[in-house]
Amino acid sequence: MAGTIVEAAGLVKTFHPKKMPAVTALDHINLSVRTGELTALVGPDGAGKTTFLRLVCGLMDADEGRLTVGGMDVAAGAQAVQDILSYMPQKFGLYEDLTVAENMTLYADLHGVPQDVRKSRFARLLEMTGIAAFTGRLAGKLSGGMKQKLGLACTLVRSPKLLILDEPTVGVDPLSRRELWEILQALTKQEHLSVLVSTAYMDEAALCQTVHVFNHGRILASGTPEELRHIADGRCMDIAPTTAMPMRMLQSHLLDDPGITDAVPVCGKVHFITRKAGGEVAFLSEHPELPAATPSEERLEDAFMILLKEDEEKRNRKSQTSLPSQSPCGRQLSQRESLGDEQSSTIDITVRDLVKKFGDFTAVSHTSFDVHRGEVFGLLGPNGAGKTTTFRMLCGLLPLTSGKLSVAGVDLRTARTEARRNIGYVAQKFSLYSQLTVYENLRFFGGTYGIPALELKERIQEVMEEFDLTDRADHVAGELPGGYKQRLSMAAALIHRPKILFLDEPTSGINPLARRTFWQQIAHLSAKGTTIIITTHFMDEAEYCDRMMIQDHGEMLVLGSPSEIRERMQMPDADMNAIFIAIVEQSRAKQEEEGRKGA
Amino acid sequence: MRLYLQQLFFLCQKELIALVKDPRLKFMLIVPPILQGFLFGYAANYNLEEVPYAVVDESHGALARDLVSHIDAAPAFDRVVTLSNPPEVADWIDSGDILLAVVIPQDFDELIERGGQAPVQVIADGRNSSIAGLATGYVNQIVQVWNAKRTGGSGITIEARTWYVPNQETQWNFVPSLMAMISFTQVMLLAGMSIAKEREQGTFDQLLVTPLHPSQILIGKAVPPVLVGLFQAVAIFFIARFWFEIPCAGSLPAIIWTLIFFMVSSTGIGLSISAISENMQQVLIYVLVLMIPMALLSGMATPIANMPQVLQAFTYIDPMRFAIDAVRRIYLEGATLFDVRWDFLPMFLIGAVTIPAAGWLFRHKTA
Repeated sequence: MAGTIVEAAGLVKTFHPKKMPAVTALDHINLSVRTGELTALVGPDGAGKTTFLRLVCGLMDADEGRLTVGGMDVAAGAQAVQDILSYMPQKFGLYEDLTVAENMTLYADLHGVPQDVRKSRFARLLEMTGIAAFTGRLAGKLSGGMKQKLGLACTLVRSPKLLILDEPTVGVDPLSRRELWEILQALTKQEHLSVLVSTAYMDEAALCQTVHVFNHGRILASGTPEELRHIADGRCMDIAPTTAMPMRMLQSHLLDDPGITDAVPVCGKVHFITRKAGGEVAFLSEHPELPAATPSEERLEDAFMILLKEDEEKRNRKSQTSLPSQSPCGRQLSQRESLGDEQSSTIDITVRDLVKKFGDFTAVSHTSFDVHRGEVFGLLGPNGAGKTTTFRMLCGLLPLTSGKLSVAGVDLRTARTEARRNIGYVAQKFSLYSQLTVYENLRFFGGTYGIPALELKERIQEVMEEFDLTDRADHVAGELPGGYKQRLSMAAALIHRPKILFLDEPTSGINPLARRTFWQQIAHLSAKGTTIIITTHFMDEAEYCDRMMIQDHGEMLVLGSPSEIRERMQMPDADMNAIFIAIVEQSRAKQEEEGRKGA
Repeated sequence: MRLYLQQLFFLCQKELIALVKDPRLKFMLIVPPILQGFLFGYAANYNLEEVPYAVVDESHGALARDLVSHIDAAPAFDRVVTLSNPPEVADWIDSGDILLAVVIPQDFDELIERGGQAPVQVIADGRNSSIAGLATGYVNQIVQVWNAKRTGGSGITIEARTWYVPNQETQWNFVPSLMAMISFTQVMLLAGMSIAKEREQGTFDQLLVTPLHPSQILIGKAVPPVLVGLFQAVAIFFIARFWFEIPCAGSLPAIIWTLIFFMVSSTGIGLSISAISENMQQVLIYVLVLMIPMALLSGMATPIANMPQVLQAFTYIDPMRFAIDAVRRIYLEGATLFDVRWDFLPMFLIGAVTIPAAGWLFRHKTA
């Protein structure tokens, strides 16, 4: 068996932010990384993954414990350790005003790579990452996925023994993600490189030889993906939704059931995990009309959710506070169950022949679709597909080049400002005022939406309760943890009870548990008749959408409900990720063919 | 209308909270007016005090001695050396040991006795032109006084006293102008930053999707900087009035009204800059590029009458020129708003052009 390249024993790291209680980022971590393997660190944001990676790189010193890399003590000689490893941080420092080739040359200069090996090394890296055709392009003009590949190429300009990657696929579309992982797998196989990578995606972790699950600075479990999967043995079930009990509602009810650890829509069914193997589910026994649940294969993600949820519950018991109990959404939902049929009648958004050009570049080309009242409509596509452009035109933030567009009866770009009262907007990046407190932010947005002063106070209390923000009312928004920021953005967007809610990648960067709660809230809103337009990178989230549109290169590739799309692609049991990749590849192959014919 | 004002109120409130909570902006709010108020009061001091000078007395006559004693008696001059022939002056001025030399010709006494005119040469170090000018003028004044006394007080006595600033104390001139200058800087910077900052932090889209009308956003962005500028101008007023004890002949409300008018007309410039800038760095560059010529052309440091004709024409589009003129006259002369009414017209015109321009840029550049 191979040796180890990283050994950590009893590693402790504590941060002391100003005027705040100390945070234990790493709490007695024991971990080893084997040579020539892919090792994954998984866990929610703030679990300590990045801190651990930075300690391994010698960028910080540990408070306690021992850490060696390649047999060398990191604390004693960070430089010696850095000579054998390459680190690609979350935000890799590409020079956006330099070309791809210039970036690589610059990093080669910085690392003192001798001229004679450069040529062959560059050629190999360019070929491997598939960016050879773009060497003359400015790095700033590359798509998100290509930037990450260039970052990887720059990190690998010299041959390290250990490659460290911090969430290399955040904000990268499934296609580029798959390509990036193919590169990593090739590197370990062909060059016997050891790779230590942190990721938020379980399907990526499943490709690694060893997985370590982090939460609150501790390791919850370690092992091969196979070993970890067994944690969920006998606890995973699938149940199909019915017309009376559609997907989101079914999931929401299951999540609220005390006998269930997690429930999530997968492949057109709700995949749920019972608290015990073969455990009773009260909700299902109360609803005998539902189809029988069938045992399902356990996935790495199931094991992860079980570990995380049980750990959170344990922590909550310890701190004597009850779980911020499953929000009341599910319960309120049942009162509105009859809404299902009404949805299709009223059309809230009409888009006809929409075109957007920037100079001679067509960002969106001849796109038409309708969105019905109360529908959850997803805009999906790889980086640079045109979904953000479409989204911004819908919100009235970008003028159209040509075509027609109506949101709640008007084009927001040209309509009177009053029309904007109908919409709520949550931007991709946290975009509330970070110097203002939670309360001040809500008061400002409530005020600008014209909520009368008397009602405003009450309404703020209401949304703060709904989004579990009451205890942070006086906290400065910019210093809130990610999940809170996301909830505050939602609260601000919903304070005026809009008819239509626009969400631009609302779930990127929040942990899986928070994502579940988020989607429960969406289900709740939709059931009350709010129309929701959402863009997302998480393909599994496409399952929550009533209908969705997939774009690539500005063209609309497919439009329909998840099950319709599955049928059309003849991939009945595939998950959304696979379907997405298949659709985009199909269209790209067709384009190439047409291109060849044209030439 | 009520709703319009309510929304405006929330926007202004938010702007002010954000302003007060931003440590960088808070610094910009308080430190510059106080620092500059004192700095200009003390450092930008052109008053003549103990100017080192030399005498070259070639006549050795009694009249010449009498004249020199008059110059010596003035506190503004300090004789450091007495030279015997004119060429030596060059070395002394070159080395910077003296700023001024008074050369009295051999036939000085003779010419005066004969009742004719006697030329006295004053050589000044032109490298420090403002001191040189002031000092030469002062020597001239002394000579004239001496002349008048000698001729027995009869004839024409020319008394060159500078009006409103009796002893030519330049801080009297500077500090009141500073009120206009500081408030202008702040308005330009804050109004300039306001939109660019939101754009940089990604909050601007969020603001655009609210039902706020563009005019509300513009007004909401203009009011807080004006309030801040006003606060600082008043701080300078108190420094001028009570620290430097520069008597104020006019009324504070008149000054405040003038400054409000002035700041509103200049927010148009600031907001236009903000609308076309991608980020705060760009704003800073634009503001700096505009500020320096505007300050120079305002006549704050140098009289507009001394500028070439072409530049004088440019001063008419500089709102600061009129604000400084009005504030100085109110403060020092005790002029009323009615007296300075013609200063308001150009400010009004400048505002009438730049504010709609800001509105247009805002609508067309924000996408």
